[in-house]
Amino acid sequence: MTATVATKPLFAMYWAASCGGCDIAVLNLNEKLLDVAEAFDIVFWPCATDGKYADVEALADEAIAITLFSGGIRNEENERLARLLRAKSQVLVAFGSCACEGCIPGLANLRHVGDILDTAFEGPSTENPEHLRPVARFDAPEGVLELPMLLPTLRTLDQVVPVDYFVPGCPPETARIAEVVGLVIDALAGRAALPPRGSVLGGGHSTVCDECTRTRNVKRISRFTRIHELAVVDPQLCLLEQGIPCNGPATRDGCGALCPTAGAQCIGCYGPADGVIDYGARLLSAFASVVDSDDPERIAEILDGIPDPVGQVYRFSLAGSLLGAARQAWSFDSAPSPERPVDAPPGPDREPVAVGASQDAR
Amino acid sequence: MSTNRITIDPITRLEGHGKIEIFLDPDGEVANAYFQVPELRGFESFCVGRPVEEMPLLTSRICGVCPEAHQMAAAKAADAVYRVDPPRTARLLRELLYSAFFVADHTTHFYALGGPDFVVGPDAPASERNVLGVVRAVGMEIGGQVIEARRGGHRVIELIGGRKVHPCAVVPGGMTKGITEDERAEIERIGRWAVGFGQTSIALFDRLVLGNPAYVELMLGDAYRDETYSMGLVDADGAANFYDGQVRIVDPDGERFGQYPPAEYPEWIAERVEPWTYLKFPYLKPIGWKGFVGGKDSGVYMATPLSRLNVADRMATPLAQAEYERFYATLAPDPVPDGRRKVVHQRLATHWARLIELLYAAERMVELATDPDITSDQVRTVPTEKPTEGVGTVEAPRGTLTHHYWTDERGLLTKLNLIVGTTNNYAPISLSVAKAARTFIHKGSVVSDGILNRIEMAFRSYDPCFGCATHSLPGQMPLKVTIRDASGDVVDVLSQYC
Repeated sequence: MTATVATKPLFAMYWAASCGGCDIAVLNLNEKLLDVAEAFDIVFWPCATDGKYADVEALADEAIAITLFSGGIRNEENERLARLLRAKSQVLVAFGSCACEGCIPGLANLRHVGDILDTAFEGPSTENPEHLRPVARFDAPEGVLELPMLLPTLRTLDQVVPVDYFVPGCPPETARIAEVVGLVIDALAGRAALPPRGSVLGGGHSTVCDECTRTRNVKRISRFTRIHELAVVDPQLCLLEQGIPCNGPATRDGCGALCPTAGAQCIGCYGPADGVIDYGARLLSAFASVVDSDDPERIAEILDGIPDPVGQVYRFSLAGSLLGAARQAWSFDSAPSPERPVDAPPGPDREPVAVGASQDAR
Repeated sequence: MSTNRITIDPITRLEGHGKIEIFLDPDGEVANAYFQVPELRGFESFCVGRPVEEMPLLTSRICGVCPEAHQMAAAKAADAVYRVDPPRTARLLRELLYSAFFVADHTTHFYALGGPDFVVGPDAPASERNVLGVVRAVGMEIGGQVIEARRGGHRVIELIGGRKVHPCAVVPGGMTKGITEDERAEIERIGRWAVGFGQTSIALFDRLVLGNPAYVELMLGDAYRDETYSMGLVDADGAANFYDGQVRIVDPDGERFGQYPPAEYPEWIAERVEPWTYLKFPYLKPIGWKGFVGGKDSGVYMATPLSRLNVADRMATPLAQAEYERFYATLAPDPVPDGRRKVVHQRLATHWARLIELLYAAERMVELATDPDITSDQVRTVPTEKPTEGVGTVEAPRGTLTHHYWTDERGLLTKLNLIVGTTNNYAPISLSVAKAARTFIHKGSVVSDGILNRIEMAFRSYDPCFGCATHSLPGQMPLKVTIRDASGDVVDVLSQYC
């Protein structure tokens, strides 16, 4: 499928530490995928076509017009591909929540990598009397087998390489993807201009609350209620005003407020709204503003009704937040297992992530 | 150690997510094969501390190809943590969403992934062995139906679950919302259409595969035959079920080995760790791990569409039942002495079994969409018990999926254990790949493109989803084989991608 002589701009899509949902959202373009095939030569898309690492390595620098990169940077191989695709691409897009801000797998930054390995390989149904762990090089009787090693934390794409555009969402909604694809095709044809580098594409400039059809009465709440504790969810009233910790006030619009419409709280997958420096701080302040008390102790008591504050306010954005990771993710003293092989987690010589490096871009 | 090595980097769908190393002995015969999975994201670690009601949302991010499976297993485990029974309507809605998901997912696999080997042919040029080649072979009309089947399935998922990918409406105790009569009617229409699509797909399989003696020989031949135990969920009547039931295991002869409520899985399943891969190898605990071997004395089992049919007494819907009977009459015609049919071990028959499941899922959609309770607004039971521990099991398209949670008194997770669909099949896939390699590779240097594809076909029949990586539009997994001599120098490189 790769043309020997490129007559059209080259397109690539790659998944690092991702679930594949971004690729499914792109495949859900259905017939519109033909527009992509019409406008581009797809040089590399592991989910959908058959290019390989070697094909990419053989390209000249900046030979690829646009690369959609989904997934966070969890292991050595993810990082290698991020650097490779950056070098080969004119436009590199952080595609989806994982690449933009770490997404759910970024919650692993609350843990030491040794804990991740211990949990996986000493789990309840695991029989592992020798306390084996995956190793970088294993001498099998017939030869050596190699594996990429986990990095200490999961990083967002722009914490590893410069990124040109960000497409938020877990996954990005297919209708938004169609708009982005249309814009890029028009720009290549000279019919439209791309926005300044660093912009968010496929998202709005406000919050989920602004596209949510539920009614807000500026009602204040005396307690938070967990979603499964409500016998009846009022179909019209704002979920936050029903006491459900809904992440809409801090979250970028663009999804169409699908979850609140379905009676479920916004979980924040479109990431920080325009102008939000730290998603968690913004959300906590939004929660505090609906609490029906001016007494600090009472406010604290009501906020205690949120059972998992870190997970609530950094559910999708921990890796990309000002925090980035919990201290223990970087602490090599706290490794819970003495059996952890010396070559499993990379050493502490790796530079810690530049805190907040990407915030200007979003 | 004068071995040669063949590295199969299973590239496209699996690049970065899996590779096969085949080692040759000095005579160029296969000494051993290793299927490595290089990925770990750590869900079992970082979900500790999270609220159990969020587990359906969090664990759906394990897999964007089959988020519905994790969501259902998580919801059922969370129900069990609170010992709460969702109202009947909520259970019907969940199963309806899940049936629509099976239609879409099995369609993707048959037409885009596994099907090209048969429809276009195992030795066809790689550039034709993809979904576009399938469309050329079967015509645009069926190509359009494939898109329609995926679109319809995702539409139902969106109507019931609130979103197409990573649905949001499933909560402990039920659903956040019901469906309206208009929505129900649309779902029924999609379901009735899907029944016809299922029949069309089976007719296509009949014509192109069963009607071709060369394919039948390939399917029935020894290269793709591995005898292992079979696992799958069955309902109270012994019929295959995707959403609920007990886990049944039959031995390689078709005799029942055991049947248990999902919560008893720790007595039946254990997992082995190997230092050359991040994925564990589950096996039957009462038998134990005996290495990468099949047979009755080995704890290796499979959990696939084929094994689900092998363990079931019947299919619960009429059209699927007729196909089920024809399947066994064709592939295992000789009954064993007690009158029970034999099991089928030919791995390539999994593709046929998958289409029978697709037809069942479509018929089940219609049954559920026409149930008088389906539009009730009673979709939620509020949990009142103190949360403790719970297990939830469903059949994912790629095998039995189990979530096991332990929580504190606030319902925050203190520990969890996940045994994921494809993981069940890690050992049997390894067996099948090694067997195909041993069958098709001799004297080292005779490896050719067609042979590589025949090795791929061994694991493609399982529809493996390592890191959710294997659903592919072209449906082929181009391979690059590097043959090295004992000193590591490359003596030949073969590739089979366009």
